[in-house]
Formats: sequence, C-alpha cells, structure tokens
Amino acid sequence: MALAAQRPRRGGLRRGEGRAGWLFVAPAVIITAVFLAIPILLALWVSVSDWNGFQSPLNPRVNFVGLENYAAITTEEGLDQRNFGTAVRNNLYYVLLVVPLQTIIALLLAVQVNRAALRGRGFFRTAFYFPSVTSTVAIVIVFQFLFTASGAVNAVIGALGIDGPDWFNDSTGLIHGALSAFGITGPPPALAEPGFLGISGWEWLAGPSVAMTSLIILAIFTTSGTFMLLFLAALQAIGSEIDEAALVDGAGPVRKFFSITVPMLRPTLFTVLTLGLIGSWQVFDQIYVLGGTSAGGTISTPAFLAYRTSFVDLQWGQGAAIAFILFVFIIVLTLVQRWVLKERSPKSKRRAAATAQEVGVTR
Amino acid sequence: MTAIAETSEPGIRTDPQGRPAKRRPRIGARARSGLIVGYLILIGLALIYIYPFIVSISASFKTDAEATQSPLGLIPETITFAAYERLFGDVPFARWAGNTVFVTVIVTIGRVFFDSLAGYALSRLQFRGRTVVFVAFIAVLSVPGVVLLIPRFLILQQLGLYDSYAGMIIPLLSTAAGVFIMKQFFDSIPGSIEEAARIDGAGTFRVFWTIVLPMARPALVTLFILSFQGSWNELGHFIVSRQSPELNTLTTGVASLVSGQLGSGNQFPLQLAAAVLMTIPVAVLFFIFQRRIMNTTAGAEKG
Repeated sequence: MALAAQRPRRGGLRRGEGRAGWLFVAPAVIITAVFLAIPILLALWVSVSDWNGFQSPLNPRVNFVGLENYAAITTEEGLDQRNFGTAVRNNLYYVLLVVPLQTIIALLLAVQVNRAALRGRGFFRTAFYFPSVTSTVAIVIVFQFLFTASGAVNAVIGALGIDGPDWFNDSTGLIHGALSAFGITGPPPALAEPGFLGISGWEWLAGPSVAMTSLIILAIFTTSGTFMLLFLAALQAIGSEIDEAALVDGAGPVRKFFSITVPMLRPTLFTVLTLGLIGSWQVFDQIYVLGGTSAGGTISTPAFLAYRTSFVDLQWGQGAAIAFILFVFIIVLTLVQRWVLKERSPKSKRRAAATAQEVGVTR
Repeated sequence: MTAIAETSEPGIRTDPQGRPAKRRPRIGARARSGLIVGYLILIGLALIYIYPFIVSISASFKTDAEATQSPLGLIPETITFAAYERLFGDVPFARWAGNTVFVTVIVTIGRVFFDSLAGYALSRLQFRGRTVVFVAFIAVLSVPGVVLLIPRFLILQQLGLYDSYAGMIIPLLSTAAGVFIMKQFFDSIPGSIEEAARIDGAGTFRVFWTIVLPMARPALVTLFILSFQGSWNELGHFIVSRQSPELNTLTTGVASLVSGQLGSGNQFPLQLAAAVLMTIPVAVLFFIFQRRIMNTTAGAEKG
C-alpha cells in the first residue's frame, strides 16, 4: 500500500519494472515449471494408468486404471505388496537408528569442538565435516572396502576377539540375531501370519539387517558433520549465557550439559531431528550404488524400490505410485516441521532463518 | 578461558583478598582434566573420521592381493600405480571426468546467474504476481529430490531430451533453494546505491550486472560452492536422464564400477583409486573455501 502512495513520485524510475521483473524470474520459473511441476503431474497420471513404458504415457492406448497401482503395493496380497512392505520396514529401522544416533553424535562433536580452550578447533571441525562434502559414491566404495569380511573393521574388532560378519552381504536382522542367541530361531505362531503390508509380525520385528546396519553407520558418518555445524552455530550464539548460568549454579560439566545446554539448544535440536527424519526417508544413492537387491532385499528402501519398479521391472504405474506415497509422506513431515517452527517463533525473521537452514543442509 | 586462568594462577594465589584463590585453582584443575579427556575423545573421533580416507588412499596404491590381505596397513609393501593405469586404460575414466567437468561448469554458471536474477527480482523489483512466484518457490523447496526421478525421466522423454547433454544439464540450471538464498541476501542489503544509479538513467539489467552483482559477492560465492558440490556429486538425475555409456559422469561411471563386471572380485584398488580421484576437486574446493562452507551451513542459524 505504501508502494502505491510512492508510485507517483518515482513513476519514471519504476517504469518498465514489471516487465523486467518477469524477465528476470522467467528462466528460474520456466525451469521449475517444466522440470518440476509439470513432471510431477505427468507422474501422477502415470501412477493411475497402465502405461508400460512404451511410447508416450500420453498416447491414447494408455488406460486410466484408478487406484489399481496403489492397491497392488498396499492392499492386494502378492510379491509387489511384500516388496513394498519390506522396503518400508527396512527404512523404518534405518530412520529409528540414524536419526537419534546422528543427532547425539553431532551434538557431542559440537560440544567438544566448541570448548573455548581447544587448540586445533579448525582441524577437528574440518575432520568431522569432510565426509559431508564427498560424493556418496566415493564413500560407499570406502565403506565396502572397510566392511568386507576380511576388511579393516573386522580386523579391528577381531583384535578384540569378536568374529565380524560379512557386513554388506549379511541379511540377518539384528533383533532376530539377538533372539537366536537365546535359542529363539523361529516365530511364535501368533507372529507367523502375514500382517500389515503382507509382512508377518516376525519379519516386522527382524530389526535392521547387518547390511542395513553398515549403511546406518555410513549415514551417521556422512551427516553428523553437517548437523554438528548447526549445533555449533547455536552453541556459539548462546555461549556466554551457558557459562554464566553454570557459574552461578556451580554446576559440573555433566549437569551443565543436561540442565543448561540441552534445554537452550531445544530449537536447534528440533530442527536437526526433523531434518534428519525427512532426509532419512529419502535414502537412495547408497542403495543404488550397492545394487539394492543384495543382502536378501534387506537394504531396499521405498525410494529405491520406486526407481527399480519403474526403470528395471518396467512397471511404471506402480513405481510412480510408490514415489507418490513417499512424496505425500515427506511433504506431511515437512509441513509439520514448518508449522511447529512457525508456532515457536512468530517473528518472520526467525522463520526465514529456519527455512534458510533447511536450504543450507538439504542442498 | 582455561589457558588464561592457568597462567594467572600464581598471581591470584597471592591475592590479598584470598577468596578467589580458593575457587579459581579448583575450577582450573577440573577444567584441565576435562580438557584432557575432551582432547582424547576428539582425537579418537577424528581418527575414526579421517582414517578411512587415509587407508583408502593407501590401498589404491596396493596390489589387489595386498589390499585384501592387509586392509589396515598404511604403507603399501609394493607401491603400484596399476589401479590408476587401468582407470585411464581399460576404464573410460577420463571420459567420465570430462563429462562431469562439462556438466558441472555449465550448471554452476547457470545456477549462479539465473538464481541471482530471480532472487534480485523477487527482492527488489515491483511486478504483478511477485508474491505468488515467491510462495511457489517456497512450496517447491519441500519437494524431495528422490521423488523427482521418475517425473524427470518422463518429461525428458516427452521433450526428446532424454540421453543428451541438454537433458542432463537444463533441469539442473536453477533451484528454488538458490533463488531463496539470493532473495534472502538482497533483502539484507540496502538498495540505495542502485536507486542512485537508476536516477542516472541506467536500465534494470545494467544496474543488476554492473552494480548489484559485484555487491552480492558473498552470496554468489555461497551459491557457487553449493552448486559446484551439488552437481559434481549428483547421482540420481544422471541415472534417469541418460543411458549411453558415453554420457556417464563420474558418479554414474564409478557406481557402475562397483556393481559391474569390472568391480567384481577383489578389485578394491581400482575402485578406491576412482573414489580418490573423483574426490580431489571437491576436496580442493572445500579447503579453499573451508571457512565459508562451514558458515554457509551454520550461519543461517544466526539469521
């Protein structure tokens, strides 16, 4: 409104600005529309069609099949449903372990690096952050090398007298493995029947496979550095307050950490947890590089399954349906996160900062 | 803080008031033991984070047999360049690297240019629909990348761009995140200098090119780093936008080394050599812009 009032005065200067404005945003808008918005609509169509990858999905011989593709992976009993169920289970365990562990380790790293008297702070920061900037492909190669049956990791734990597994090829679930130590190797009858998404209760409770555990370690290795930086920034922003409060209290380092530092970091903690949650449901690169079907299918995730179902099995409708379920799920997570952040900090500046943070981490 | 407390201890002890003498040394001692424990934890952790990279570099110079038998050894018994020779002989590694460089350079230039144009317009220029465009970009920010794989393939196929450099490059030329970063930046600097130039009669684009962009250097560097690293390490888009081996980038090519016949058996030195080489440019960028990179991710918090 204020602008309208100013317009007469600066009319000459502002002339042609509307056209310039549109010209300036045009490339970004066109690229986003053509390679993001329209493709999503196209994929939505494919997910409710019987397109088999032949010719264009828009050609007249492609039929609308309603929710058939969605039903095939969720409610209809069969291999497709079991594959999807397994992928969801795998990813669920991945999320359950990666999100808390990477948060704790990132916080630990940040608190240690943030010590006022620390020498070589820059060195440590660099060491912990470096894995975050390297390509996933390179990291997977390094991990495969370290985690082979006769590899470095097994050599180290072998020195402790532990016989290490063949990490990336071992499909044993951790919980199943633990139970078998107590002599329980099969399901009780109640858990043997196929349950939710065609997976029996026994299979749901398998835990992450040893192979998936290697990927969990890989994820923590690559992301904890990024989240460490978020915590570090927050710690530096509130640094002196913590020390003052601790001095007044006469609190020891452990109490200081739990009763002063952690509560003050709560907003950052929330951001790290939700960003981690959103990110961990999108694991794809690692699984793709490893081939995705190894270790008895225990490292497949919905993101990878969507790719494989479409590009390898050529069941495009089903692949797109999986992608859409994942899409809606992640969008809901993101909206919840934004909503909570908005509630918490009404100042628009803070909200912008939160979004900026998201941008910095995800891209 | 501790360092100061320690060096000033003797002085405090002779302090006539006496009271701080009791408290300070105790805190000093506790802090010192805390510091030592802290160092030990940090050094241990740093080893865990760095050692994998060092062992990998070393193993890339080992023979296949030695890499398998003594994976932890830091110095190869017989140093061999066989893995590297094979990369540039049997494997079209140079071709992959060329493709990655080509795509990364164009994508990075394009992103920096288009995203700053759009960010500037959204921040400074008055035009109809500006709010709508900005809200649309914010909405797009939350679209997860992996979900775009199938849609991107579909549109590239429709447009006849599948399996071409154009198809690999054009979709990456602008990102909502980049537009957002630039808009935030322009919002934070005053517009008075441009106003002056405008009064002198300079056109909008000339003002942008000669006055605004030079001022926006910090944000441009940030965007440059993010774009370079992002497109250098991009895997998903290059899986779905091409199929010809000639269009392999480092990521897709090296990934094929892991799963393909070349990677079978105990050919760790070859794979590790590829991993080492493909990491070097990003590592160099990282060390040049260290401070900036770490503030890019963390700095937003200070908002």
